[in-house]
Amino acid sequence: MKAFRPTSFFSTSLIALLILGSHSITQLKAALPADLQKSITAINAVGLEGKGNVQAGPAWKLLSGADSSAILPLLQAMNGASPMASNWFRSALETIVTREIKSGKALPLNNIGDFLLNNSNGPQGRRLAYELISQADPDTAAKLIPGMLNDPSPQLRRDAVQGLITQAAELKTAKKDSAAGLLYRQALNNARDADQIKKIAKQLKSLGKQVDLPRHFGFLTHWKVIAPFDNTGREGFAAVFPPEKKVKLDTKYPDKNGKEIGWQDLAVSDDYGMLDLNQPFGLLKEVTGYAYTEMKFDSARPAELRIGCKNAWKIWFNGELIFARDEYHRGMEIDQYSLPIQLKKGTNTLLLKLCQNEQTQSWTVEWQAQVRICDSTGTAILASDRLPTPQAKKATRRQLKK
Amino acid sequence: MKSLFPLTALCATLFTATPSAQADWLQFRGPNGNGYIEGAQPPTQLSQKSIAWSAELPGRGLASPIVVGDNVIVTCASGPNQKQLHVYSFDNQSGALRWHRQFRATGRTMTQSKTCVAAPSPASDGKHIYALFSSNDLYCFSLDGDLVWMRSLTLDYPNASNSLGLASSPIIAGDRLIVQIENDSDSFAAGLNLKTGINEWKIARPKAANWTSPVALKSEQQIVVALQSSKGVLGVLPATGSEVWNFSKGASTIPSAAAAGDQLYIPSNGITAIQSSKLTGEDPKKLWNESQQRPGTASPLIVGDKILVINGAGVLTCADRNSGERLWRLRLKGPFSGSPVSPGNNLFIFNEQGVGQCIEIGAKEGKVISEVDLKETILGTAALSGSAIYVRSDSHLWKLAQP
Repeated sequence: MKAFRPTSFFSTSLIALLILGSHSITQLKAALPADLQKSITAINAVGLEGKGNVQAGPAWKLLSGADSSAILPLLQAMNGASPMASNWFRSALETIVTREIKSGKALPLNNIGDFLLNNSNGPQGRRLAYELISQADPDTAAKLIPGMLNDPSPQLRRDAVQGLITQAAELKTAKKDSAAGLLYRQALNNARDADQIKKIAKQLKSLGKQVDLPRHFGFLTHWKVIAPFDNTGREGFAAVFPPEKKVKLDTKYPDKNGKEIGWQDLAVSDDYGMLDLNQPFGLLKEVTGYAYTEMKFDSARPAELRIGCKNAWKIWFNGELIFARDEYHRGMEIDQYSLPIQLKKGTNTLLLKLCQNEQTQSWTVEWQAQVRICDSTGTAILASDRLPTPQAKKATRRQLKK
Repeated sequence: MKSLFPLTALCATLFTATPSAQADWLQFRGPNGNGYIEGAQPPTQLSQKSIAWSAELPGRGLASPIVVGDNVIVTCASGPNQKQLHVYSFDNQSGALRWHRQFRATGRTMTQSKTCVAAPSPASDGKHIYALFSSNDLYCFSLDGDLVWMRSLTLDYPNASNSLGLASSPIIAGDRLIVQIENDSDSFAAGLNLKTGINEWKIARPKAANWTSPVALKSEQQIVVALQSSKGVLGVLPATGSEVWNFSKGASTIPSAAAAGDQLYIPSNGITAIQSSKLTGEDPKKLWNESQQRPGTASPLIVGDKILVINGAGVLTCADRNSGERLWRLRLKGPFSGSPVSPGNNLFIFNEQGVGQCIEIGAKEGKVISEVDLKETILGTAALSGSAIYVRSDSHLWKLAQP
């Protein structure tokens, strides 16, 4: 079901480019006829709620009808394009490629390879460039992948990591545990996708290697927590309890039953950064809790706050409400939500509100979240004052408090 | 006279061979949104020989295929976290690829493991294809695969998602594309302009997970779109989204109601049959309720005067749709995630193991008359058009026709 058959004409120049490395590559500036350039502009103007669709449709038609000279400009157009505009460009480009291949025309593979090997190009466009090369010349594409272990494109990096995982597994099967451990370690250093990291960590542990997964992911592990405030009838989600007005770590408040409560420490030792409010407070229902942490960074930079949570939650970063979601017990996973934030130099603050609802089924016990800070590739951004990962303690299970 | 016969024969051949002569299957559960299509003549003796062609797909999907002229359209999602979204058009006659478009999901792709991102079925007005995914990415194509417009409903409305996955299939009613995006956090239904994808209206819906699809009730007077949820069913005008009537007795959030003209058969306390009000603000008339006819995951099927319901144990019940009175029952080989479809005398359904069953429903008792095992997981609903059955498994699209 491939879009086109592989061809065998791919030249050796891409390999030469690979050998030279991306530093020596001068990115071609592709020129386009004015109408096609206008079409790119029209597609870049698409926005929310269908804005720009009326102009984008005809623009796509024009672009997708172009010849292969439009391929490189379309890849370049994907640089910095919005997710929707990127999809418009990708689709137009693939339509051109399919037609060109069907009619027996050669693709500008050297230009596409040039684009791929220039790391300053955007990850989506570079991945697409790789896929085009992979379809046209799978052998060369396979040779390129090992060099992309530290690639800024998560998708390219993933393939490179997968290659290492496969090699390590073969070594382990051959009882070459030491070599396998090294390769798994290298794979872990470069892996950013949770599923790959879990697989690698499992293998490393089976080889007796210690793995600091919370640090690898950048999970936040040291918290101040306070609970239980009320969430009867799920009204706590909208209610503003004192920590939302101002975090005062030395102040005590009445809880949902009128009992005085204060902030307490919670160190998270879980491999996957699970901040579990059931641990300090018990298996409560219809309650609201807060978790607060501070972290220092040496410089300001854009970042992503990534959270997995199956309770209703709100999150504030440096005092600003970043996102709020009132969904309960529909499932959670690492990086379930990715939220853009701006780190500032010095101390940054994070406040998380976690609401537990009234459901009593066994799968509604969890009152937890996993929070990390990373860059757009999923690479952890560690605070300069990050403490060592806490050691795991034996968990105690409490009865559900009514 | 001598030359007339060959000419007549040629004309007959042309008519039977021209795909446009057959009724298209344009949306989830067919042209009427109730599983029934008039005039189709799919094979009743299903066997491996019935497989006209199959096409490999790069990822899973629960979405039904749709048939629009020469195009058989199907969606799927592939890659890590199902982030690669695909829309395929295959040639109806040969199964050859006509076009393929792929996109990167812009919304959340997390789903429960049984379902997947390609759960909502595409829809067509015969001129364009509308493909929605659980990630809330929505695309409009011409029949030739030209991209006409797209929406990212998650970028538009960031809390409109369900961490278990969405599955409601869009429908076309009047000149609107109706989407129903319902979940615990930010639920809405909207009527989109078919040509531009821009909201013509958008209304808030109950904040609760819901996987049912809208259904159009058509009468001489008007079209009313039935929006089902745990609260019941809201009837709205497709042009404006304004409320016509409200059935507030609650309804299922998985199997969808079936329409027959201005009557609606709702999975509510078993099955509740109602007649759409003609006057705005007037409650719909309850025709009957039968609590024993309790659909499982499969949505009910309406064929003539019969309503057919498959319960969670895989038992098919056939009842008189005018009274709800049970006519017969038959245990099938389940379990089922997809819904039954029918051209009249027979019912077709595929179970989760990939076994397709043809059941005679026109007689006094139901009877399984043939089976075919496609040996792949099938969680979607088949499509019927012309002389063929179209069904998608986890990794293939299949066309079954007379050998």
